[in-house]
Amino acid sequence: MSSPIKVATASLAGCFGCHMSILDIDERLIDLVGHIQFDRSPLTDIKKVGPCDLGLIEGGVCNAENVEVLKAFRRQCKILVAVGACAINGGVPAMRNQYSLADCLEEAYLHGAGIDNPQIPNDPELPLLLNQVHPIHEVVWIDYFLPGCPPSADTIFTFLDELLSGRPIQFAYQQIHYD
Amino acid sequence: MNNQFKLDGITVPFSAGETIMDAALAAGIYIPHLCHNPEFKPHGSCRLCTVNANGRTVAACTTPASEGMEVENATHELTTQRRLLLKLLFVEGNHVCPACEKSGACQLQAVAYHCGMLAPEFVHFYPKRAVDASHPEMIIDFNRCILCELCVRASRDSDNKNVFSISGRGIQAHLAINSTSGKLADSSFTSSDKAARVCPVGAILPKHKGYNIPIGQRLYDQAPISQVGDVAKHQELADE
Repeated sequence: MSSPIKVATASLAGCFGCHMSILDIDERLIDLVGHIQFDRSPLTDIKKVGPCDLGLIEGGVCNAENVEVLKAFRRQCKILVAVGACAINGGVPAMRNQYSLADCLEEAYLHGAGIDNPQIPNDPELPLLLNQVHPIHEVVWIDYFLPGCPPSADTIFTFLDELLSGRPIQFAYQQIHYD
Repeated sequence: MNNQFKLDGITVPFSAGETIMDAALAAGIYIPHLCHNPEFKPHGSCRLCTVNANGRTVAACTTPASEGMEVENATHELTTQRRLLLKLLFVEGNHVCPACEKSGACQLQAVAYHCGMLAPEFVHFYPKRAVDASHPEMIIDFNRCILCELCVRASRDSDNKNVFSISGRGIQAHLAINSTSGKLADSSFTSSDKAARVCPVGAILPKHKGYNIPIGQRLYDQAPISQVGDVAKHQELADE
């Protein structure tokens, strides 16, 4: 392990739980940051993703901005990883695919309980929602998948550790789960 | 002794009429499967138990064992094929494990862990079949059903009730309830039926019993299905 690798992370239609699981690596993070330099990430102040060795994406794709960010990550990252159930199959947010988008918006902004001045937000600043939530592999090529909701810190650490050392990536039975 | 064949090089005895699956189960050798349950007639729909027998690709659950047969099961090629079949099952339904009360004790999930599936990777279908919550004790989520027909077989062969059937063709094939309204509540189904505890996935579930086992103690939390065995066997025990 010579020069540090550049890592970017992003949360699309995620809950930030996968990022919390990254932080769950705890004090081993101190060793890890010696080998990693963070680019754009919710943990840094960098606004635009630059050339990176590794991109970690949590969350599925639910709106137009997610698509833009995901494509930028794909352009900049040599290895792009789907982290967590949402990035892998849409996860819990994809349960909205049972309903039409209009039904979802109307329930939330027009007909829901306790709504004052009902209207569906339509400012162009706001990214439009897609008709359905999608896994990220339906938008760009993904090199690796880390399942779990979230993947355990141990799983993420094993992945990073083995990737950094160039060893084949292998997980113990308890490190792979979808829930 | 005459009646024996080789399974991944191991000598396995069998008696006349036994399938490769029967003999393997008796010998304690795990061949991945979803639709097979030794209590019922083989079905052959999931294709997970596909093995190479004398160079031919066959379903272990429907193929009779024969003298001197050479069977390959735990090969890299077959595991890769099984992973592909599992991915197809995952994208056909809505298998949101984080929000499923069967998670940790689901045979589809456990076999996917066993075969090393990290992600389904195909385009998801996101079917929109409505849940049937009409029955007072049981609930059916049709979007988790893998069409193994174990409930169909159990309700027909064990209870003579014929509550379930598979209806529709191709990707439209789905589990149907044989009642005039099509609702489970209007059938003769009860939670003590055999069919209520053979579902290997989270499609047919008891109401008000979800999430009662701590994480870490669920059926497949610590050891793989090749060691733990099928879901149905354990569901039977849990009810006794």
